[in-house]
Amino acid sequence: MNTPGTPSRPSRRAFLGAAAATGATGAVLLAPGIQLVEVAQAAAPNAASAGGPGATALPGANPRVRWGLLIDTTKCAPGCTDCVSACRTEHGLPEPKRRTDVQWIRKIEIKAIDTGRQGSLPVMCQHCAKPPCVDVCPTGASFKRADGVVLVDRHLCIGCRYCMMACPYKARSFVHEPVTDQKPDAPRGMGCVESCTLCVHRIDAGHMAGGGSTACAEACTKAGHGAILFGDLNDPHSEISRRVKEIRSTVLRADLRVEPGVHYLGL
Amino acid sequence: MRSTLRSPADALNFWLVVVGALVVTGIGLAAAHHMESAGHAATGMGHEVVWGLPHVFAIFMIVSASGVLNVASIGSVFGQPVYKPRAPLSGLLCLALLAGGLMVLMLDLGRPDRVLVAATHINPTSVFAWNVVLYSGMAAIVALYLWTMFERRMNPYSRAAGLAALVWRFVLTTGTGSIFAFLAARQAYASALLAPLFIVLSFGWGLAVFLVVQATMFAWEGERLDPAVQRRMARLLGIFIAASLYLVAVVHLTHLYHAKQVAFEAFILRDGGTYPLLFWGGYVVLGGLLPLVLLFHPSFGGERSTFAASALVVLGAFAWLYVFIIGGQVFPLEIFPGHQVSSSFGDGQVASYSPSLPELLLGLGGVGAAFLLTTVGVRVLDFMPQDDFAGVKHG
Repeated sequence: MNTPGTPSRPSRRAFLGAAAATGATGAVLLAPGIQLVEVAQAAAPNAASAGGPGATALPGANPRVRWGLLIDTTKCAPGCTDCVSACRTEHGLPEPKRRTDVQWIRKIEIKAIDTGRQGSLPVMCQHCAKPPCVDVCPTGASFKRADGVVLVDRHLCIGCRYCMMACPYKARSFVHEPVTDQKPDAPRGMGCVESCTLCVHRIDAGHMAGGGSTACAEACTKAGHGAILFGDLNDPHSEISRRVKEIRSTVLRADLRVEPGVHYLGL
Repeated sequence: MRSTLRSPADALNFWLVVVGALVVTGIGLAAAHHMESAGHAATGMGHEVVWGLPHVFAIFMIVSASGVLNVASIGSVFGQPVYKPRAPLSGLLCLALLAGGLMVLMLDLGRPDRVLVAATHINPTSVFAWNVVLYSGMAAIVALYLWTMFERRMNPYSRAAGLAALVWRFVLTTGTGSIFAFLAARQAYASALLAPLFIVLSFGWGLAVFLVVQATMFAWEGERLDPAVQRRMARLLGIFIAASLYLVAVVHLTHLYHAKQVAFEAFILRDGGTYPLLFWGGYVVLGGLLPLVLLFHPSFGGERSTFAASALVVLGAFAWLYVFIIGGQVFPLEIFPGHQVSSSFGDGQVASYSPSLPELLLGLGGVGAAFLLTTVGVRVLDFMPQDDFAGVKHG
């Protein structure tokens, strides 16, 4: 018998009841990464939007949407790293000091070998329609949501780094050190691979419907450059769609035909 | 029985070897524990070189595990009498090398505690996931094969089991080569030739490991290997070395034909400092040409030359794998063809990589585990090749 004031030990009936309830909506966790019952793998991407106990279940990622970015390299200011800083702040990433520190987004300075033309642009996960990281991931930890966002399930990632070998854009980082000061919206873990989430927590919180944007795009606009535009590439009325229709944009390593969701202007 | 006739000194030596192997394996496990606790920051790896020295050890052992089984296949499947008495040792070495290689591979994961996830969640499009199935299947088939060899009632099924093992090992090595062959964005890899290349390399590496172990076992027992058997196996090793050199040359020549890969080939074969040195000096000269001289030159070709040639092939294998795995990663990804690039993330730069002590110890720990399994296996069961000299001298 439990006495008042002492922590109660859950009974077998209570455990089974909880297990059944969990099974109805998700899975029973036996050990890290091992789930007894798993319901609708496709529902996993919704986990980010579940919002914890008692939260109203939001609809899953919208398959009619293809979230993407348009980066105007002619507006991107050399030396400006506001997008990089904003990403770090948003996701609780450390300031890169060591060669092993993660970088979800980085600024690259480029110079054409034949003409000498110089430019500057940010590179992050390109959220490919045919992502090589998803193809090679042995456990399915790397996955693409119905709305085109490519993510890593931190519970399934075993840290094999095959996705890093496969990514044509060096967009993924491996967490080499213990992590501290995590943000609730960006869970991280040593020994796992991570990359730009296209601020999926904002998408799932419904911010984008109200004209919201990613942290990097917001910071770029705030800095007065307006070089990064976020939006739905599938929506013919969205600004991003109108602009890629009007002006010729390119994708990085188009020859690989992985169909990135990030487009560049002025490259 | 051999085991009942052993002297106390021999038993002491056996236990000393076992303790030595246990210590090496234990140190490897401790190194892995350190890498898991402190994170991969304790290694020389980074965001460019994501697979370091442990992968060199692991892939050597896994590819050799496949190749060492060739000895059994030649005996059981192709009916060569010289190789038949060597089939059990070949099977044991395959299992031991596979275990050692997988130990290193699994303990180098970022989350080795989640290794079971790889078995419970399988992504059918991942070559890595295929390999999880291929490696476990290989172990099961070889264990079955050994059973058919040791259990008299199962002997009639030995040929069938040998054939299954032969087919499976071809698929397995194809899978190992395909881990790299499917990396479309990497200049160093992305070639369908890598699957057959790994198969041919496995022949040479596996046979070299077998010959080193066989020579050690005969020396331990104070016995001499029949010269006819030794010559035949030496000749076969020579053929495998020549075939490997040929296919490696073909892979590089194919790359050189494509303009987009010339820069990488120039780096790996000429300008890359350590990497060309290891390729030409380590693999081509020490691991290829010198063993060929030792095996085929009339002045050499004896027992010691064959042993030296086999050891050099193993050395060359490590050199080649280091160049292939590490050299292939340090060369920058070409995200902007036709542009010079720079960033805070090492873009456009040749990455540096210095293997750390824990990495080396983990790799050696895997070798120690394979050695331990072999030593104990050989002692417990009768794996010593028993040649019927009358039957093979003129074979």
